[in-house]
Amino acid sequence: MPKRSFLTVTLLAITLAWLPGPADAQLLMNGAGATFPYPIYSKWFEEYIKVDPEVRFNYQSIGSGGGIRQITERTVDFGATDGPMTDEQLKKAPGELFHIPTVLGAVVATYNLPGNPQLSFTGEVLADVFLGKITKWNDPRIKALNPSANLSDQPIVVVHRSDGSGTTYIWVDYLCKISPEWDQKVGRGTSVKWPVGLGGKGNEGVAGQVKNAPGSLGYVELAYAITNKLPAAKIRNQAGRFIEPTIESTTAAGAAKSMPADFRVSLTDSAGPDAYPVASFTWLLVYKDQPNETKGRSLVKFLWWAIHDGQKHPAALLYAPLPAPVVRDIEAKNKQITFSGKPLLAAQ
Amino acid sequence: MAAESTAGAGTADGLSLPPRAVSGKRAALGDRVYTVLVLASVWLVLSLAAGLVVALIWESWEAIRSFGFHFLVTSQWDPVAGEFGALPFIYGTLVSSALALLIAVPLSLGAAIFLAELAPSWVRPPISFLIEMLAAVPSVVYGLWGIFVLVPWLRDWVQPILGRTLGFLPLFQGPPYGIGMLAAGMILSIMVVPYITSVSREILLAVPGAQREAALGLGATRWETTRMAVLRYGRSGLIGAILLGLGRALGETMAVTMVIGNRPEIAASLFAPGYTMASVLANEFTEATSDLYVSALVEIGLLLLVVTVVVNGLARLLVWTVGGPARGGRE
Repeated sequence: MPKRSFLTVTLLAITLAWLPGPADAQLLMNGAGATFPYPIYSKWFEEYIKVDPEVRFNYQSIGSGGGIRQITERTVDFGATDGPMTDEQLKKAPGELFHIPTVLGAVVATYNLPGNPQLSFTGEVLADVFLGKITKWNDPRIKALNPSANLSDQPIVVVHRSDGSGTTYIWVDYLCKISPEWDQKVGRGTSVKWPVGLGGKGNEGVAGQVKNAPGSLGYVELAYAITNKLPAAKIRNQAGRFIEPTIESTTAAGAAKSMPADFRVSLTDSAGPDAYPVASFTWLLVYKDQPNETKGRSLVKFLWWAIHDGQKHPAALLYAPLPAPVVRDIEAKNKQITFSGKPLLAAQ
Repeated sequence: MAAESTAGAGTADGLSLPPRAVSGKRAALGDRVYTVLVLASVWLVLSLAAGLVVALIWESWEAIRSFGFHFLVTSQWDPVAGEFGALPFIYGTLVSSALALLIAVPLSLGAAIFLAELAPSWVRPPISFLIEMLAAVPSVVYGLWGIFVLVPWLRDWVQPILGRTLGFLPLFQGPPYGIGMLAAGMILSIMVVPYITSVSREILLAVPGAQREAALGLGATRWETTRMAVLRYGRSGLIGAILLGLGRALGETMAVTMVIGNRPEIAASLFAPGYTMASVLANEFTEATSDLYVSALVEIGLLLLVVTVVVNGLARLLVWTVGGPARGGRE
């Protein structure tokens, strides 16, 4: 019967499609987490096929919160986050988790004024604008920082991210360090209770609102600001210099901090003379003791590659590469990753 | 073949039909399989809905336990301090949807009446098609259009004019950002117009011609005929059409998030930014890290479900009290 033979063929085809073919002999590493580093991670996973054709990566950019939850529940082989895990979160994990910094990002203040002059800010002024204490562009404190700019009595429309994001975390982490009032009233987190302003969804939402509304001031990722040619303010760093946000000044922020052993460090308000003050690492989260020897070995090999050869890729995608001293620290950390007590990366 | 068609006819009369009534063992088996399959799909759908509610309650239990009833009546939303209250989101959802219906219902009914009663027959298909096309536009596209076209227009023209002329009302006070409750309501109204219009048009077309002829025969004008003989006849169906639009407005996420300003505050002015339940879920769920925070967001999801059910229930009640002819309209 033609009907039956058609059915047989269909079933056969479905069965064959499900059977593991030769292409499935590879190892699949699953990861999930932060959206901010997603472009560089996917570039890495693609490049890494040339290094080790046996390993394939599957990364779901579901957000840092999701990455932390999934690695805690061991449903992925590695997690990724833009904000370091808290002590409380680390305690919930079934094993010791390592934070491995991969690249750096920065957050810039962008604005919309007639002619878009190059503006300069201090952290104190930015905090007071975001607290709603400075409301006009011709406020004496803004004018004092920008004597040559033509600032009118236009109201400042503050624009912030409405979605929870690592970008917000970095921005408010900086404001917390500069302004005790911000620290006390608002605090730090991927979403906060904003004293003033409008919320835009994603970098594109904030940038769209800033571009559209004259007199607005918002914050976006450095990479987004560069690709979209948005005006970006210079911000005064701890050394008292007004620093333009660039890849170099972002890496300089990473180099200036003495690194704690677990890499859970905030790089905002960094001390280096050339450091841009609103910068941060983004991290991969991996278990110190790997549950699977083959996967564990592939993971440490990949991490080793990422912090060495992989570091030539970030700049093209407008991420800042890791500073050299940090790479040495991560090398040491990487060697501590084990499978049932035995180091996985002995022979490097 | 013959046995199969008998089985089909038998079951059409009712499931309680004893299998013995249908000739042949094979037909009896077919009937049983049919009954089981149909019942299974009903139970599957019902248990999915029940499972959804159970899962939402389970996941939000921590927030329900911590905040209790306060969750519904407080306005604090501070993830850093771990204080959560849903009132601004409930308010934003209800107000933006009400605003959407306020704009969309007259427009949609007008368009439906034109298409069903007045338009020459050759105009109907293309206009209906164009209106239904609006339903096919992805909501993110509406959102982008909102940011780049609607919001600047509201900020530079509509809001300053409204502020000057009707500024004595609290509804139209405050700085014109463009973004805010008004923009959200307008975007939503455009999104629900195609649903209400096409369902209403079908309902008006289903009104028997004799109704119109009778009214016209009594000397009614065209408008009187439509009002008394057509709209009144189809009113329960028309309420059903509006409900469909309301359901769409309550749950809409992306386009609203892009234009509402995402500020968890209750403001009297339509110019002020607001927030809806669906928007806060879309915005904050991915990066929510603490258990209480996630739990509070899930409770918002649960509340959205409750609000939708309550609003739909109230509207259904309205349909019943309005009564009308047995024809219940389309649901």
